[in-house]
Amino acid sequence: MTLWKPDPTFYPSPRDAAEAPPEKLAYVAAFDRSAQRPDALAVLDTDPGSPSYGTVVGWTDLPYTGDELHHFGWNACSSALCPYAPHPHVERRYLIVPGLRSSRIYVYDTKDRVSPELVKVIEAEELGKRAGYSRPHTVHCGPEGLYVSALGGYGDDGPGGIAILDHNSFDVLGRWEVDRGPQYLAYDFWWHINHDVLITSEWGTPSMIEDGVVGELLLGRKYGHKLHFWDLRKRKHVQEVDLGDQHQMALELRPAHDPTKTYGFAGVVVSVEDLSASVWLWHRDDRHGDGSRWAAQKVITIPAEPASPDDLPDVLKPFGAVPPLVTDIDLSVDDQRLYVSCWGTGELKQYDVSDPFKPVEIGSVRLGGIVRRQAHPAAPDERLAGGPQMVEVSRDGRRVYVTNSLYGAWDDQFYPDGVGAWMAKIDADSFTLDERFFPHGDDFRGLRPHQTRLQGGDASSDSYCYP
Amino acid sequence: MTLTAVILLGTFHGINPAMGWLFAVARGLQERSRDLLLQSLPVIALGHLASVALVVAAVSATGSLVTATALAIGAGVVLVGFGLWHLLARRHFRWVGMRLSLPQLAAWSFLMSSVHGAGLMLLPVLTRMPASHHGHMMSGGMLVAGVHTLAMFLTATVVAVVVYEFLGVAVLRRAWFNLDRMWAFALVGAGVVTLVGAI
Repeated sequence: MTLWKPDPTFYPSPRDAAEAPPEKLAYVAAFDRSAQRPDALAVLDTDPGSPSYGTVVGWTDLPYTGDELHHFGWNACSSALCPYAPHPHVERRYLIVPGLRSSRIYVYDTKDRVSPELVKVIEAEELGKRAGYSRPHTVHCGPEGLYVSALGGYGDDGPGGIAILDHNSFDVLGRWEVDRGPQYLAYDFWWHINHDVLITSEWGTPSMIEDGVVGELLLGRKYGHKLHFWDLRKRKHVQEVDLGDQHQMALELRPAHDPTKTYGFAGVVVSVEDLSASVWLWHRDDRHGDGSRWAAQKVITIPAEPASPDDLPDVLKPFGAVPPLVTDIDLSVDDQRLYVSCWGTGELKQYDVSDPFKPVEIGSVRLGGIVRRQAHPAAPDERLAGGPQMVEVSRDGRRVYVTNSLYGAWDDQFYPDGVGAWMAKIDADSFTLDERFFPHGDDFRGLRPHQTRLQGGDASSDSYCYP
Repeated sequence: MTLTAVILLGTFHGINPAMGWLFAVARGLQERSRDLLLQSLPVIALGHLASVALVVAAVSATGSLVTATALAIGAGVVLVGFGLWHLLARRHFRWVGMRLSLPQLAAWSFLMSSVHGAGLMLLPVLTRMPASHHGHMMSGGMLVAGVHTLAMFLTATVVAVVVYEFLGVAVLRRAWFNLDRMWAFALVGAGVVTLVGAI
């Protein structure tokens, strides 16, 4: 049933959203690498005034095993206020949770309960037969319903793309693309909603990733290195922007939240030339008068750190260096701060991006890392494996949460002695770790934590139609 | 009495953010241009008028074929049915695209108003008009549609300018009452009244 007043977590503009109250709960996807036990949604208490602050206060096991939870999203968000098809009286209450390995999509109800409750399972066959896709990944609530990107085809390795789900019944409505042009690889997507532009990025097809990173493919520059720009209305491919094939794995996309702006950031995991990682800015191409073309330029380069081969896992021994491996980035709702995870070197970097063309590094927190194994101040004697990986920022931009697992098979390659399990919280102003917030080890019951979603929305969940 | 009802209905549609003033405000905010806002409103009103006029044309065409009682009963059934559908169905109007030309904006408004059943509420008024002469009903009905749309347009303009210049869209969070559900109840109510009046 609809509400009489708009859902209070919907904000017309990013400016309004930045005034939102602090989140009291965080939902974290956690998966069992062995696929022997069910994956789970863990719920963390993020209210500093609560006696259970920083601990797991809710837990919901999935009904099956082997899903490999990764990313997930809300059934509704601030885009429900958009003027062309407003429906602000729906509720933000369901989490749409794809299993990246099983291709199932789960719908969990979060209303009036701490541990989410399962309300629907979309089987891999439904996604496959109706949309032609498998390995669902990113979820965004948008104008035509729920958009879910998928890495693989159904029965085929590719192409990957985007499926549309009805946002009431959660039935799979079909394939989003009408004309996909040259696009084949898929991973993340988001949009400039007021400009009718959708952007997609590239990782690899299931065969390229599910058994770990394949050295030949990587050195052969076969992983994704392009951004694709689409007409959101006509569902047509408009342009591809090649970052250069040395820039392997163009993953996370973070467009400006301000709907009048037409730029955004894309993270690239590794350059095969020097193992550096990079962040790119896409923007309208000024060389074309009509402003309909797009361009991208590298705005951040993070170099590899030299290391003794003895300290390196097999996959890196030949190189004698630790790649930063930028696997996630996140842009604050006010578009002023960019957070960059260096999962290889074990570092979270903070940039001032008030001039998006010239990011300035203003903060750094070290945690874990392939060689460094930096401990958390809450447990100074524990050498930490893994590194800051999925990063999420609160709507007011004051708190940053990170978890440490990348993707099962890849965790094992880069942290062969075990990636561990931990989550940390960083104060965005002082850029220091919160010593009271460090759920780790057995807190996650043997599972590896991946994406975090904050109650009521966060910096990567909502799109806004008003500046 | 009838004229008052027609104007009030127009005002109600003018206030409803979904009927168009919000789109006009968004277009203005996006380009930082009040001109664009003011330019959008008449186009939106035009689409609304077309939707309402279509109902008038349908009623007068039907009215020339059937008795006044049959027309009223038919109108009542349509109102109740449409209202219930709006109340119970969970679907809502869908549209993708923010960057519209003015003709596209008029088309959007026409579709939005039609899906909303904007013209249907005039059924009780139309069915009470003298049906003896087909042409008379048509012209009278178009007058009703015109007055209704003018009221809608004036209200939407005032609301849009006030929100754009003074209040800001954050007011939506507090003030956006679920008018669509209220509208659905009103449709059912009007249908019942029409039916009772006819029988």
